[in-house]
Parts: sequence; C-alpha cells; structure tokens
Amino acid sequence: MSVRAVDAPTTSTLARRIGLERTVTLVARLREVGILLVLLATVVVVGIQAPLFFSVSNFEQILLNVSLIAIVVVGQTTVVLTRNVDLSVGSVVGLVAFATGDLLKEHSLGVAGAIAVGCVLGIGLGALNGLIITVGRVPAIVATLGTLYVYRGIDFLIAGGKQVSAIDLPRSYLGIASSSVAGIPTLILAAAVIALVAAYLLRNSGIGRQLYAIGSNPAAAEVVGIPSQRLIFGSFVVCGLLAGVAGVLWGSRFGSVNALAASGLELQVIAAVVVGGVNIFGGSGTVIGAVLGAVLLATIQNALLILHLSEFWLLAIDGAVILLAVTADAAIRGYFQRILMRTGRR
Amino acid sequence: MSAVAMRMLRRWETLLVVLLIAFVVLGSFLSPYFLTASTFSNLTSNLMEKAIMALPLALIIIAGEIDLSVESMLGLGSALLGFMYALGWPLWIDIPLVLAVGAFGGFFNGMLVTRVGLPSLVVTLGTLALYRGLASVVLGPRSVSGWPEWFTNFGFGDVPGTVIPWPLVVFGVLAVAFLFVLHKTWIGRQIYAVGKNKEAARYSGIDVARLKTLLFVLSGTLSALAGVILTARLSSARADNGQGFVLDVVTSVLLGGVNIFGGEGTILGVVLAIFVIGVLRNGLTLADVSPDTQSVAVGALLILSVAGPTLVRRISAARPRRQLTKPVSNS
Repeated sequence: MSVRAVDAPTTSTLARRIGLERTVTLVARLREVGILLVLLATVVVVGIQAPLFFSVSNFEQILLNVSLIAIVVVGQTTVVLTRNVDLSVGSVVGLVAFATGDLLKEHSLGVAGAIAVGCVLGIGLGALNGLIITVGRVPAIVATLGTLYVYRGIDFLIAGGKQVSAIDLPRSYLGIASSSVAGIPTLILAAAVIALVAAYLLRNSGIGRQLYAIGSNPAAAEVVGIPSQRLIFGSFVVCGLLAGVAGVLWGSRFGSVNALAASGLELQVIAAVVVGGVNIFGGSGTVIGAVLGAVLLATIQNALLILHLSEFWLLAIDGAVILLAVTADAAIRGYFQRILMRTGRR
Repeated sequence: MSAVAMRMLRRWETLLVVLLIAFVVLGSFLSPYFLTASTFSNLTSNLMEKAIMALPLALIIIAGEIDLSVESMLGLGSALLGFMYALGWPLWIDIPLVLAVGAFGGFFNGMLVTRVGLPSLVVTLGTLALYRGLASVVLGPRSVSGWPEWFTNFGFGDVPGTVIPWPLVVFGVLAVAFLFVLHKTWIGRQIYAVGKNKEAARYSGIDVARLKTLLFVLSGTLSALAGVILTARLSSARADNGQGFVLDVVTSVLLGGVNIFGGEGTILGVVLAIFVIGVLRNGLTLADVSPDTQSVAVGALLILSVAGPTLVRRISAARPRRQLTKPVSNS
C-alpha cells in the first residue's frame, strides 16, 4: 500500500471534490438501480419467450433458491468490504449442513439443539479462518483456499459416503423450509431480515463504518486507531456464522445432504457480491446491492432452465459475470479517478 | 539478495528434504509396498500434471500475481481434446489446437490483469469458473475414450527398460528449462525484480505488462498440456478432469518456499515440495485415507507453509532484543 502525497486543496477544489464524491456515491446508488433494470430486462425478455416464467410460483421459487445463497452473500460482503475474501464458505455450509443433518438423524439432539450446534460450528470455522489470517498473517486468499479443502475434507471424513435423507430428518425440521409467516416463506423472510439488519448495521453503526474504512485505506485506518485486526477477525466470524445459518437451513430446504452439499457455492457467492457492486478491493459496496446481485444471478439461472438452455452454461455464466462486473467497475472507477485528478490539479 | 537471506533459503530447502525423507520413512512403515519401483512409478505419474502446472505458477507468484484458473484450463484442454477427437480429427491436429487454446486462455488472463488492471486473484477466480464452465459446455457430462495405444502409453507407460514414466520425462525437461531461465537468465532476474518492486522494475525499463502476460500465456499453455497428459493417463477425456488440483498446485509452490507476496522462491524448492505432497498423498492412500480426506492434510500444509515462517519471525521479533519491523501489509 503506497501512500500518495496529496497537495493541500484550496477551499474551492475541496468543494468541487466533495461534489464529485457525491457523484461517486450517486453512481454507487445507481449500481443498485442498474441491477434492478438488468433484472427487469431479463424478466421481460424471458417472460415474452416463456410466459410460464411470469407465474407467481416461479418468482417464489427463484427467491427461495436465492434465500440461502443470500444469507452467505451477506457474510461474504462483510469480509470483502475489509479487502479480504472467504473462499471457504461453500465448505462451511456443506460441513454444517451435514453435521446438523447427522445430529438430527441420530436423534442425539432436538431440532433447536442441532440448529444451535450448527451455528456454533459456523462461528468456530469462521473464527479459525480469522485467526489464521490475523494472527498467522496469511493472506485471506491462501488461508481460505486451504480451509476450503480442510473443511470439505472433514465433511468427507465424518460423512464417509453416507447421506442424510429426508426420511431420517424430523418433520419439524423439514417444515422450516416449507413454512411461511404471513404468506411469506420463512426462508425468504429470514434472508430478508438478515440482509436488512446487516445493511443497517454496516451503514449506521460505528463498527460498520470502521469496516469500510479498513477496506478503503488499511494504513489510514490503522493510523486513526481502528483495531483493524480485531475487526477483520470479527468479519470472518460473522461470515462463518451466516454460512453456518445457511448450512443449518440447507437440509431443511433440500431434504437430503451428502458430503458434496454446497460445493462450488463460493463462486456463486463471489459472483453475486461483485455483480452487486461490492468493490473487490474493499471499502465500498452495500449488502443490498450484493443480495440484488444474487437475485439477478438466480433469475438468469432460472431463465436458462425455463428456456431449456443447457444447465452446463451455468458455471460459465457465473465466471463471465464475475469478469464483466469487475471490468465494468474498473472502467467506471478509472473514469472518475481521472476526473478527480483533473479537478485536484486545477 | 543478502547472504543471510540466501542461508534462509537454503535452510528452507533443507527442511523440505528432511520432510521428504520423514514422509518416505513413515510411508515405508505404513506399507511394505511403499518403497518399490512400481510405487515410485505410480506416485510420480500421479503427480506430473500438477507438477507441470506448478512450474509456471511459481514464476507467476514470484512476479507478484496468482493464477487460480490452472485446474480449469486443464479441464478445458481435456474436454476440447475429447470433443475434437470424437469428431474424428487426428491427434496431431487436436493437440496443437488444445495447446493454442491454452495459450489464448492464459493470454486472456494476462490481458485482464495487465491492460485492464484487475487483480489477478479476481480475474483467475472468474476464469476458474469460466474455463470449467466452458469445458462442460463443450463436452457435457459424457466422457470420450477409445484413444490410440501410443497416446495412452504416453500417459501411463514407462520409458522402455526403466521405471521412469513418460510424463516424468516431460516434467524433467520443463523443470530444467524453468530452472535455467529463472536462475540463470535476465528474464529470471526481471521476474524477481517485478515481484520485489513493480514500480522500480518499470522505471528500470522492464516491460512489466508484457512479462506478466507472457507468464500467464505460459501457464495457460502448460495447463492445457497437463490436460492432454491427464487425458492420456486416464484414457478418458472429461470436463471435470483435474477438479480440485488447484489445492496441490498452489500448495507445492508456497510450500516450496515461494513468497506469496512475490520476489522470492526457487524452482528447486518447488520441485521438492511437489514430491513432498506426492509422497504424503501416496502414504495416506496406502493408509486407506480417501483423496478428499487427504486434502485436510494438504490444506493444512498450505496454511502452515505461509503462516509458519511468519509466526517464527514474529516470535523471534518479540524477544527482548527489539528490532524495527516493518508492518505486514494485509491485502
């Protein structure tokens, strides 16, 4: 991280700069509007091709599919904001899903107990990531690439080729995913509540603002006394907890869990986060944007199935979307940086 | 490089040799078959695709970037080879085309990193998904078999009269070439310079963008070659060939002593680390541990190989004789 010397700006350039900063914020807002527009366009185009797409139950299906991913996306956003990344989320979801399912199958714990154990397991796995990164000073990409395979390996170790099926699971647990509160499916409601709470906290709480500060300028954050390492650790714990929550709900939603559950989920999650406008260099982006990104990707996925396009395109589209989103971000950011530099010099 | 750093490096490689011997001894305790010629032949041919991909990755990491897309380029190479072979095209056309696609895939990574200015981590995470996705678009769920005998022989046969598998010959030639280029030529010195300080390298007249693009092209081409070799060894082309290889490839480079922040590392270390991981996996296989569970050990090794030196340094820095330490950047 190089620190650039900045000439003391005069009042008028400062004012102009603040104006531009506002424009940048506006553009960030526009990102959310932009995703909504793309979403709308996708819905209209696909809907004309296949009227089935327009049915309420299909939209509900899309939102149900997105709800678990959205919960993980919220955690990932918290981590990415601090200029880190968590590649292990898919494995955490898978391991927690299997552990929870196995506990319920063996009837060793009630539903509430198994869910609690799953959440605590998620916290533990996230905390281990956080420790490796903050105490071991291992770059997040390497640390979580390692734990991606360590956690999945442990999953294989305890699963050993076994599978938890719907028959093994108590009805009250399976009922969580099919239940609804005031007409809204519980899973969608849970995801929405988690996203809104996280969005509020990141936007308005002190710790939330500090997370943005760490990501936008780690050196400056250190200088003004933000406990960066502790907060980065915390963001990984939050990410682990939310992946754990998604893992706990996984078995309820899909009915069966094996050792491969949620493998490769990390790519979908990261695609959603960057499409949603969260800067992969940290420091900017919103949870709402990221969740909208997840909704957009799930809609595209659903459209492919409805239009009978090959499911084999899904992964390729995730990859292309990651590249397109970061390229577009870089172009927009470059454009504004050039303008800022020009005003700064004037 | 200072004499102290040189000694540290030597010590790191000594550590790897000790680790290698320890794993071999442990393995031979585990199974009487461990120290046989056929084990050696099996073990090395199992390793070679990963080993071939680790060489260019080492250069990329020394130059301060990373390439996570290698295993997917391997899969795309395998799928394309199968697709074209199933069309009835002869292999002497298919293989060069596959290598060309690999080169292009690497070039694409390189362009996004050097011209658009995106972090290689995100770019190659994107192409990790994209190339694997394209592989399954090309070949779907099917697998292509029925390869000519000379081709499959190249995959798992030994050089006549020896226990040296053909892929080891390919890797050996490549390793010597990489060793020479990195440690004996100006290109190698440029790679270290770029990894140590990109700006300084640029001001001293190195075309950083071209050098990095070249390294990504090399990585793409050799990953596609690894795809060809794996297809020959399994006598089966599949879109999911080589899934999960990225763990072993990245681990062998970092365990080999290449600094994740760039600027340091040797080919000898990487080659040693490749065999450490190979022997470890082989021993665990003989102990009836499934490959997926083996990844627990390899993943832990990956983390330890980066965390270990840092922790040792921090502990020694915390001793009474305080030194000025520069803050570790955390990106």
